[in-house]
Amino acid sequence: MIRLSPVLAFAALVAACSPSPTTDTDLPAADVRSGYTFLTAETQAMQDDSFANPGYLWVDRGAALFGSRAGDAPSCASCHGEGLTGAAATYPAIDAATGDLLNLEGRINQCRIRHQNLPALDYESDDLLALTAFVASQSAGVPISVSTDGAAAPHYRNGRDYFFTRRGQFNLSCHQCHDENWGKRLRGDTISQGHGNGFPAYRLEWQALGSLHRRIRDCDAGVRAEPKAFGDPKYIDLELYLSSRANGLEMESPAIRR
Amino acid sequence: MTSIRLSVPQTARKDEIIELKALIQHPMESGYRRGSRGEQIPRNIITRFECLYDGELVFSADFHPAIAADPFLKFYTRAVRSGTLEFRWTDQHGETWSDTASLSVT
Ligand code: HEC
Ligand code: HEC
Repeated sequence: MIRLSPVLAFAALVAACSPSPTTDTDLPAADVRSGYTFLTAETQAMQDDSFANPGYLWVDRGAALFGSRAGDAPSCASCHGEGLTGAAATYPAIDAATGDLLNLEGRINQCRIRHQNLPALDYESDDLLALTAFVASQSAGVPISVSTDGAAAPHYRNGRDYFFTRRGQFNLSCHQCHDENWGKRLRGDTISQGHGNGFPAYRLEWQALGSLHRRIRDCDAGVRAEPKAFGDPKYIDLELYLSSRANGLEMESPAIRR
Repeated sequence: MTSIRLSVPQTARKDEIIELKALIQHPMESGYRRGSRGEQIPRNIITRFECLYDGELVFSADFHPAIAADPFLKFYTRAVRSGTLEFRWTDQHGETWSDTASLSVT
Protein backbone atom coordinates (compact mmCIF):
# COMPACT_ATOMS: atom_id res chain seq x y z
CA MET A 1 0.00 0.00 0.00
CA ILE A 2 1.26 3.45 -0.86
CA ARG A 3 1.01 5.88 1.99
CA LEU A 4 0.33 9.52 1.14
CA SER A 5 2.30 12.08 3.06
CA PRO A 6 -0.02 14.41 5.06
CA VAL A 7 0.83 17.32 2.77
CA LEU A 8 -0.03 15.35 -0.35
CA ALA A 9 -3.24 14.08 1.24
CA PHE A 10 -4.21 17.66 2.03
CA ALA A 11 -3.45 18.76 -1.50
CA ALA A 12 -5.58 15.92 -2.85
CA LEU A 13 -8.43 16.91 -0.55
CA VAL A 14 -8.27 20.56 -1.63
CA ALA A 15 -8.26 19.46 -5.26
CA ALA A 16 -11.29 17.28 -4.67
CA CYS A 17 -13.23 20.11 -3.01
CA SER A 18 -12.42 22.92 -5.42
CA PRO A 19 -14.58 23.43 -8.53
CA SER A 20 -13.71 21.33 -11.54
CA PRO A 21 -10.51 22.54 -13.13
CA THR A 22 -11.01 24.87 -16.05
CA THR A 23 -9.26 24.80 -19.37
CA ASP A 24 -7.12 27.60 -20.68
CA THR A 25 -8.02 27.24 -24.34
CA ASP A 26 -9.41 30.09 -26.39
CA LEU A 27 -12.87 29.98 -27.93
CA PRO A 28 -12.48 28.09 -31.24
CA ALA A 29 -12.95 30.50 -34.16
CA ALA A 30 -15.45 28.12 -35.76
CA ASP A 31 -17.77 28.40 -32.71
CA VAL A 32 -17.91 32.21 -32.63
CA ARG A 33 -21.50 33.50 -32.42
CA SER A 34 -22.81 36.98 -31.82
CA GLY A 35 -24.76 37.88 -28.68
CA TYR A 36 -27.57 38.64 -31.11
CA THR A 37 -28.15 34.91 -31.66
CA PHE A 38 -28.94 34.48 -27.95
CA LEU A 39 -31.66 37.15 -27.91
CA THR A 40 -35.40 36.55 -28.12
CA ALA A 41 -37.05 37.14 -31.50
CA GLU A 42 -38.69 40.32 -30.12
CA THR A 43 -35.37 41.81 -29.04
CA GLN A 44 -33.78 40.87 -32.35
CA ALA A 45 -36.65 42.59 -34.16
CA MET A 46 -36.09 45.72 -32.10
CA GLN A 47 -32.40 45.76 -33.09
CA ASP A 48 -33.18 45.12 -36.76
CA ASP A 49 -35.72 47.95 -37.04
CA SER A 50 -33.43 50.91 -37.60
CA PHE A 51 -36.27 53.22 -36.70
CA ALA A 52 -37.52 51.63 -33.48
CA ASN A 53 -33.99 50.80 -32.24
CA PRO A 54 -33.43 53.58 -29.65
CA GLY A 55 -29.65 53.29 -30.12
CA TYR A 56 -30.14 55.40 -33.24
CA LEU A 57 -31.13 58.35 -31.05
CA TRP A 58 -27.45 58.44 -30.08
CA VAL A 59 -26.28 57.73 -33.63
CA ASP A 60 -28.30 60.72 -34.87
CA ARG A 61 -26.89 62.90 -32.14
CA GLY A 62 -23.37 61.67 -33.00
CA ALA A 63 -23.91 62.48 -36.67
CA ALA A 64 -24.94 66.02 -35.72
CA LEU A 65 -21.89 66.43 -33.46
CA PHE A 66 -19.62 64.99 -36.17
CA GLY A 67 -20.75 67.61 -38.64
CA SER A 68 -20.77 70.63 -36.35
CA ARG A 69 -17.99 72.94 -35.21
CA ALA A 70 -17.31 73.61 -31.55
CA GLY A 71 -15.91 77.13 -31.28
CA ASP A 72 -12.86 77.61 -33.51
CA ALA A 73 -12.17 73.90 -33.88
CA PRO A 74 -12.63 72.27 -37.28
CA SER A 75 -15.48 69.75 -37.26
CA CYS A 76 -14.75 66.03 -37.36
CA ALA A 77 -16.36 66.01 -40.82
CA SER A 78 -13.95 68.64 -42.13
CA CYS A 79 -11.14 66.08 -41.82
CA HIS A 80 -13.08 62.84 -42.15
CA GLY A 81 -15.63 63.75 -44.82
CA GLU A 82 -18.81 61.76 -44.57
CA GLY A 83 -17.38 59.38 -42.03
CA LEU A 84 -15.09 56.54 -41.19
CA THR A 85 -16.55 53.41 -42.75
CA GLY A 86 -14.89 50.27 -41.43
CA ALA A 87 -12.56 52.08 -39.01
CA ALA A 88 -14.33 50.95 -35.82
CA ALA A 89 -13.88 47.27 -36.77
CA THR A 90 -10.10 47.67 -36.39
CA TYR A 91 -10.20 49.01 -32.80
CA PRO A 92 -8.57 48.86 -30.28
CA ALA A 93 -5.46 49.75 -32.28
CA ILE A 94 -2.02 51.21 -31.65
CA ASP A 95 -1.68 54.95 -32.15
CA ALA A 96 1.38 55.38 -34.39
CA ALA A 97 2.44 58.68 -32.80
CA THR A 98 2.50 57.57 -29.16
CA GLY A 99 2.57 53.78 -29.35
CA ASP A 100 -0.42 53.66 -26.98
CA LEU A 101 -3.29 51.25 -27.45
CA LEU A 102 -6.48 53.22 -28.07
CA ASN A 103 -10.04 52.01 -28.18
CA LEU A 104 -12.59 53.90 -30.28
CA GLU A 105 -13.53 56.22 -27.41
CA GLY A 106 -9.85 56.90 -26.82
CA ARG A 107 -9.24 57.59 -30.52
CA ILE A 108 -12.12 60.06 -30.68
CA ASN A 109 -10.86 61.86 -27.58
CA GLN A 110 -7.34 61.80 -29.05
CA CYS A 111 -8.68 63.59 -32.14
CA ARG A 112 -10.36 66.19 -29.95
CA ILE A 113 -7.12 66.89 -28.12
CA ARG A 114 -4.67 66.54 -30.99
CA HIS A 115 -6.65 67.91 -33.92
CA GLN A 116 -9.38 70.07 -32.44
CA ASN A 117 -7.63 71.54 -29.41
CA LEU A 118 -10.65 70.58 -27.33
CA PRO A 119 -10.72 68.78 -23.97
CA ALA A 120 -11.45 65.04 -23.86
CA LEU A 121 -15.11 64.14 -23.38
CA ASP A 122 -15.99 62.25 -20.20
CA TYR A 123 -16.21 58.52 -20.67
CA GLU A 124 -19.87 57.46 -20.70
CA SER A 125 -21.05 61.02 -21.34
CA ASP A 126 -23.90 61.18 -23.85
CA ASP A 127 -21.69 63.09 -26.31
CA LEU A 128 -18.86 60.55 -26.28
CA LEU A 129 -21.34 57.66 -26.51
CA ALA A 130 -23.08 59.43 -29.39
CA LEU A 131 -19.87 60.01 -31.36
CA THR A 132 -18.68 56.46 -30.64
CA ALA A 133 -22.02 54.98 -31.69
CA PHE A 134 -22.05 57.09 -34.86
CA VAL A 135 -18.54 56.02 -35.87
CA ALA A 136 -19.21 52.39 -34.86
CA SER A 137 -22.51 52.31 -36.78
CA GLN A 138 -20.56 53.13 -39.93
CA SER A 139 -18.93 49.73 -39.55
CA ALA A 140 -22.20 47.82 -39.08
CA GLY A 141 -21.86 44.54 -40.97
CA VAL A 142 -18.08 44.89 -41.30
CA PRO A 143 -16.16 41.90 -39.85
CA ILE A 144 -14.02 42.72 -36.82
CA SER A 145 -10.37 42.70 -37.76
CA VAL A 146 -7.95 43.80 -35.05
CA SER A 147 -4.23 43.39 -35.13
CA THR A 148 -2.55 41.73 -32.15
CA ASP A 149 1.06 41.65 -33.25
CA GLY A 150 3.89 44.15 -33.00
CA ALA A 151 3.30 46.82 -30.37
CA ALA A 152 -0.18 45.37 -29.71
CA ALA A 153 1.21 41.98 -28.62
CA PRO A 154 1.86 42.81 -24.93
CA HIS A 155 -1.60 44.39 -24.67
CA TYR A 156 -3.13 41.28 -26.15
CA ARG A 157 -1.32 39.12 -23.58
CA ASN A 158 -2.48 41.34 -20.70
CA GLY A 159 -6.03 41.27 -21.99
CA ARG A 160 -6.02 37.52 -22.39
CA ASP A 161 -4.61 37.22 -18.90
CA TYR A 162 -7.43 39.35 -17.50
CA PHE A 163 -9.96 37.17 -19.31
CA PHE A 164 -8.62 33.94 -17.84
CA THR A 165 -8.01 35.18 -14.28
CA ARG A 166 -10.55 34.27 -11.63
CA ARG A 167 -11.68 37.22 -9.59
CA GLY A 168 -14.16 38.53 -7.07
CA GLN A 169 -15.85 36.83 -4.14
CA PHE A 170 -17.30 34.31 -6.59
CA ASN A 171 -13.81 33.57 -7.88
CA LEU A 172 -14.92 33.29 -11.49
CA SER A 173 -13.13 34.28 -14.68
CA CYS A 174 -14.66 35.70 -17.84
CA HIS A 175 -13.46 32.50 -19.51
CA GLN A 176 -15.48 30.26 -17.21
CA CYS A 177 -18.75 31.92 -18.15
CA HIS A 178 -18.18 33.02 -21.73
CA ASP A 179 -16.00 30.18 -23.09
CA GLU A 180 -16.96 27.20 -20.96
CA ASN A 181 -20.62 27.85 -20.22
CA TRP A 182 -22.07 29.86 -23.05
CA GLY A 183 -25.53 28.74 -24.08
CA LYS A 184 -26.41 27.81 -20.48
CA ARG A 185 -28.77 29.75 -18.26
CA LEU A 186 -27.68 32.06 -15.46
CA ARG A 187 -30.60 33.42 -13.47
CA GLY A 188 -32.96 34.80 -16.11
CA ASP A 189 -30.27 35.13 -18.76
CA THR A 190 -28.63 32.93 -21.34
CA ILE A 191 -24.87 33.34 -21.14
CA SER A 192 -23.52 34.43 -24.52
CA GLN A 193 -19.91 34.27 -25.63
CA GLY A 194 -19.28 37.78 -24.29
CA HIS A 195 -18.39 39.56 -27.52
CA GLY A 196 -18.18 43.33 -27.80
CA ASN A 197 -19.39 43.59 -31.43
CA GLY A 198 -22.67 45.25 -30.43
CA PHE A 199 -21.19 48.07 -28.35
CA PRO A 200 -21.95 50.85 -27.67
CA ALA A 201 -25.23 48.97 -27.18
CA TYR A 202 -28.66 49.81 -25.88
CA ARG A 203 -29.30 47.56 -22.91
CA LEU A 204 -32.91 47.25 -21.88
CA GLU A 205 -31.73 46.89 -18.29
CA TRP A 206 -29.90 50.23 -18.51
CA GLN A 207 -32.72 51.89 -20.45
CA ALA A 208 -29.91 53.67 -22.27
CA LEU A 209 -26.97 53.26 -24.59
CA GLY A 210 -23.76 52.25 -22.83
CA SER A 211 -20.15 51.46 -23.62
CA LEU A 212 -18.42 48.09 -23.61
CA HIS A 213 -16.60 49.17 -20.44
CA ARG A 214 -19.93 49.68 -18.71
CA ARG A 215 -20.90 46.12 -19.70
CA ILE A 216 -17.58 44.73 -18.45
CA ARG A 217 -17.97 46.65 -15.19
CA ASP A 218 -21.36 44.94 -14.76
CA CYS A 219 -19.74 41.51 -15.28
CA ASP A 220 -16.93 42.33 -12.84
CA ALA A 221 -19.48 43.56 -10.29
CA GLY A 222 -21.54 40.42 -10.98
CA VAL A 223 -18.79 38.21 -9.56
CA ARG A 224 -18.32 40.75 -6.77
CA ALA A 225 -14.97 41.98 -7.99
CA GLU A 226 -14.03 45.66 -7.86
CA PRO A 227 -14.82 47.05 -11.34
CA LYS A 228 -12.07 49.10 -13.00
CA ALA A 229 -12.66 52.73 -13.88
CA PHE A 230 -14.10 53.58 -17.31
CA GLY A 231 -11.27 53.74 -19.82
CA ASP A 232 -8.82 51.90 -17.52
CA PRO A 233 -5.88 50.60 -19.61
CA LYS A 234 -6.58 47.07 -18.27
CA TYR A 235 -10.05 47.23 -19.81
CA ILE A 236 -8.62 48.51 -23.10
CA ASP A 237 -6.21 45.54 -23.17
CA LEU A 238 -9.14 43.26 -22.35
CA GLU A 239 -11.14 44.90 -25.14
CA LEU A 240 -8.33 44.02 -27.56
CA TYR A 241 -8.47 40.39 -26.47
CA LEU A 242 -12.28 40.38 -26.79
CA SER A 243 -12.08 41.84 -30.30
CA SER A 244 -9.39 39.41 -31.38
CA ARG A 245 -11.37 36.37 -30.18
CA ALA A 246 -14.28 37.80 -32.20
CA ASN A 247 -12.22 38.53 -35.33
CA GLY A 248 -14.47 37.93 -38.34
CA LEU A 249 -17.71 38.59 -36.43
CA GLU A 250 -19.79 41.40 -37.93
CA MET A 251 -20.12 44.69 -36.08
CA GLU A 252 -23.66 45.42 -34.86
CA SER A 253 -23.48 48.68 -32.95
CA PRO A 254 -25.92 50.08 -31.95
CA ALA A 255 -27.15 46.63 -30.89
CA ILE A 256 -29.97 45.92 -28.47
CA ARG A 257 -29.13 43.69 -25.53
CA ARG A 258 -31.09 42.57 -22.52
CA MET B 1 -29.87 68.29 -26.80
CA THR B 2 -32.75 65.86 -27.14
CA SER B 3 -32.82 63.53 -30.12
CA ILE B 4 -36.12 62.93 -31.88
CA ARG B 5 -36.78 60.49 -34.71
CA LEU B 6 -39.88 60.75 -36.87
CA SER B 7 -41.15 58.47 -39.59
CA VAL B 8 -43.78 60.05 -41.84
CA PRO B 9 -44.38 59.06 -45.47
CA GLN B 10 -43.41 61.82 -47.88
CA THR B 11 -46.42 61.24 -50.08
CA ALA B 12 -49.77 59.51 -49.73
CA ARG B 13 -52.94 59.13 -51.75
CA LYS B 14 -55.99 61.03 -50.55
CA ASP B 15 -57.85 59.11 -47.81
CA GLU B 16 -55.04 56.60 -47.45
CA ILE B 17 -54.37 55.39 -43.87
CA ILE B 18 -50.77 56.29 -43.08
CA GLU B 19 -48.49 55.02 -40.34
CA LEU B 20 -46.66 57.58 -38.20
CA LYS B 21 -43.79 56.74 -35.87
CA ALA B 22 -42.11 58.92 -33.26
CA LEU B 23 -39.22 58.23 -30.90
CA ILE B 24 -37.76 60.67 -28.36
CA GLN B 25 -34.76 60.40 -26.07
CA HIS B 26 -35.98 60.74 -22.49
CA PRO B 27 -35.09 58.89 -19.26
CA MET B 28 -38.76 58.51 -18.12
CA GLU B 29 -37.47 58.22 -14.55
CA SER B 30 -40.38 56.75 -12.63
CA GLY B 31 -39.68 58.31 -9.24
CA TYR B 32 -39.83 54.89 -7.60
CA ARG B 33 -36.17 53.96 -7.99
CA ARG B 34 -33.36 54.54 -5.55
CA GLY B 35 -29.76 55.43 -6.30
CA SER B 36 -26.66 53.61 -5.05
CA ARG B 37 -26.74 55.59 -1.79
CA GLY B 38 -30.39 54.77 -1.14
CA GLU B 39 -31.66 58.20 -2.08
CA GLN B 40 -34.86 58.45 -4.06
CA ILE B 41 -34.30 59.38 -7.72
CA PRO B 42 -36.81 62.14 -8.45
CA ARG B 43 -39.56 61.48 -10.94
CA ASN B 44 -38.85 62.97 -14.36
CA ILE B 45 -41.28 61.97 -17.06
CA ILE B 46 -42.99 63.18 -20.19
CA THR B 47 -46.69 63.50 -19.40
CA ARG B 48 -48.22 64.39 -22.73
CA PHE B 49 -47.74 63.65 -26.40
CA GLU B 50 -49.68 65.31 -29.21
CA CYS B 51 -49.67 65.05 -32.98
CA LEU B 52 -51.15 67.94 -34.93
CA TYR B 53 -52.03 67.73 -38.61
CA ASP B 54 -52.10 71.27 -39.97
CA GLY B 55 -52.82 72.46 -36.45
CA GLU B 56 -55.60 69.95 -35.82
CA LEU B 57 -55.08 67.38 -33.06
CA VAL B 58 -55.21 63.89 -34.62
CA PHE B 59 -53.59 61.81 -31.87
CA SER B 60 -52.64 62.38 -28.25
CA ALA B 61 -51.46 60.30 -25.32
CA ASP B 62 -51.00 60.82 -21.59
CA PHE B 63 -47.86 59.22 -20.22
CA HIS B 64 -47.45 57.75 -16.73
CA PRO B 65 -44.43 56.52 -14.73
CA ALA B 66 -44.56 52.93 -16.02
CA ILE B 67 -43.55 53.93 -19.56
CA ALA B 68 -40.02 52.91 -20.51
CA ALA B 69 -37.20 55.31 -21.32
CA ASP B 70 -36.99 56.67 -24.87
CA PRO B 71 -40.71 56.20 -25.57
CA PHE B 72 -41.63 54.95 -29.03
CA LEU B 73 -45.10 55.53 -30.48
CA LYS B 74 -46.66 54.17 -33.63
CA PHE B 75 -50.12 55.28 -34.72
CA TYR B 76 -52.23 55.94 -37.81
CA THR B 77 -54.13 58.77 -39.40
CA ARG B 78 -55.98 59.41 -42.63
CA ALA B 79 -54.20 61.49 -45.27
CA VAL B 80 -56.70 64.21 -46.10
CA ARG B 81 -54.58 67.02 -47.56
CA SER B 82 -50.99 68.10 -48.08
CA GLY B 83 -49.72 69.71 -44.92
CA THR B 84 -47.49 69.65 -41.87
CA LEU B 85 -47.47 67.09 -39.10
CA GLU B 86 -46.20 68.40 -35.80
CA PHE B 87 -45.16 66.05 -33.01
CA ARG B 88 -45.01 67.57 -29.55
CA TRP B 89 -43.93 66.18 -26.18
CA THR B 90 -44.44 67.97 -22.85
CA ASP B 91 -42.82 66.90 -19.58
CA GLN B 92 -44.07 67.22 -16.02
CA HIS B 93 -42.35 70.61 -15.66
CA GLY B 94 -44.00 72.00 -18.77
CA GLU B 95 -40.88 71.81 -20.94
CA THR B 96 -41.75 70.92 -24.53
CA TRP B 97 -39.93 69.44 -27.51
CA SER B 98 -41.30 69.27 -31.00
CA ASP B 99 -40.42 68.37 -34.55
CA THR B 100 -42.31 68.53 -37.82
CA ALA B 101 -42.55 66.64 -41.09
CA SER B 102 -44.42 67.51 -44.25
CA LEU B 103 -46.75 65.23 -46.13
CA SER B 104 -47.87 65.72 -49.68
CA VAL B 105 -51.20 64.20 -50.65
CA THR B 106 -51.90 63.39 -54.26
C1 HEC C 1 -7.87 68.37 -38.12
C2 HEC C 1 -8.26 67.07 -38.63
C3 HEC C 1 -9.05 66.13 -37.74
C4 HEC C 1 -10.17 66.39 -37.01
C5 HEC C 1 -10.88 67.72 -36.81
C6 HEC C 1 -10.60 65.14 -36.45
N1 HEC C 1 -9.74 64.15 -36.82
FE1 HEC C 1 -9.99 62.19 -36.48
N2 HEC C 1 -8.21 61.80 -37.35
C7 HEC C 1 -7.37 62.74 -37.93
C8 HEC C 1 -6.12 62.11 -38.28
C9 HEC C 1 -4.91 62.80 -38.92
C10 HEC C 1 -6.22 60.76 -37.88
C11 HEC C 1 -5.14 59.65 -37.97
C12 HEC C 1 -4.53 59.49 -36.58
C13 HEC C 1 -3.76 60.69 -36.13
O1 HEC C 1 -2.78 61.04 -36.80
O2 HEC C 1 -4.16 61.30 -35.13
C14 HEC C 1 -7.55 60.60 -37.35
C15 HEC C 1 -8.08 59.39 -36.93
C16 HEC C 1 -9.39 59.19 -36.51
C17 HEC C 1 -10.00 57.92 -36.29
C18 HEC C 1 -9.35 56.56 -36.51
C19 HEC C 1 -9.42 56.21 -37.97
C20 HEC C 1 -8.75 54.90 -38.27
O3 HEC C 1 -8.94 54.41 -39.39
O4 HEC C 1 -8.05 54.35 -37.41
C21 HEC C 1 -11.27 58.15 -35.85
C22 HEC C 1 -12.30 57.10 -35.47
C23 HEC C 1 -11.45 59.59 -35.80
N3 HEC C 1 -10.30 60.17 -36.22
C24 HEC C 1 -12.60 60.21 -35.38
C25 HEC C 1 -12.71 61.60 -35.25
C26 HEC C 1 -13.83 62.25 -34.62
C27 HEC C 1 -15.05 61.55 -34.05
C28 HEC C 1 -13.56 63.59 -34.67
C29 HEC C 1 -14.39 64.72 -34.08
C30 HEC C 1 -14.62 64.62 -32.64
C31 HEC C 1 -12.29 63.76 -35.35
N4 HEC C 1 -11.79 62.53 -35.66
C32 HEC C 1 -11.72 64.99 -35.64
C33 HEC C 1 -7.70 64.05 -38.15
C34 HEC C 1 -8.78 64.71 -37.60
C1 HEC D 1 -20.88 34.61 -13.83
C2 HEC D 1 -20.79 34.56 -15.25
C3 HEC D 1 -20.10 35.72 -15.95
C4 HEC D 1 -18.80 36.11 -15.79
C5 HEC D 1 -17.75 35.58 -14.84
C6 HEC D 1 -18.61 37.17 -16.75
N1 HEC D 1 -19.75 37.40 -17.46
FE1 HEC D 1 -19.96 38.61 -19.03
N2 HEC D 1 -21.92 38.21 -19.11
C7 HEC D 1 -22.59 37.32 -18.30
C8 HEC D 1 -24.00 37.38 -18.57
C9 HEC D 1 -25.09 36.56 -17.89
C10 HEC D 1 -24.16 38.35 -19.58
C11 HEC D 1 -25.48 38.81 -20.23
C12 HEC D 1 -25.94 37.83 -21.24
C13 HEC D 1 -24.94 37.69 -22.33
O1 HEC D 1 -24.01 36.86 -22.16
O2 HEC D 1 -24.96 38.43 -23.32
C14 HEC D 1 -22.83 38.81 -19.93
C15 HEC D 1 -22.56 39.69 -20.97
C16 HEC D 1 -21.29 40.04 -21.36
C17 HEC D 1 -20.99 40.83 -22.55
C18 HEC D 1 -21.99 41.37 -23.55
C19 HEC D 1 -22.22 40.38 -24.67
C20 HEC D 1 -23.21 40.89 -25.67
O3 HEC D 1 -23.28 40.35 -26.78
O4 HEC D 1 -23.93 41.83 -25.37
C21 HEC D 1 -19.64 40.98 -22.58
C22 HEC D 1 -18.85 41.76 -23.62
C23 HEC D 1 -19.10 40.31 -21.43
N3 HEC D 1 -20.13 39.75 -20.72
C24 HEC D 1 -17.76 40.28 -21.11
C25 HEC D 1 -17.29 39.71 -19.92
C26 HEC D 1 -15.93 39.88 -19.48
C27 HEC D 1 -14.83 40.62 -20.23
C28 HEC D 1 -15.83 39.22 -18.29
C29 HEC D 1 -14.64 39.12 -17.36
C30 HEC D 1 -14.17 40.40 -16.83
C31 HEC D 1 -17.13 38.64 -18.01
N4 HEC D 1 -18.00 38.97 -19.01
C32 HEC D 1 -17.42 37.82 -16.93
C33 HEC D 1 -22.01 36.47 -17.38
C34 HEC D 1 -20.69 36.54 -16.98
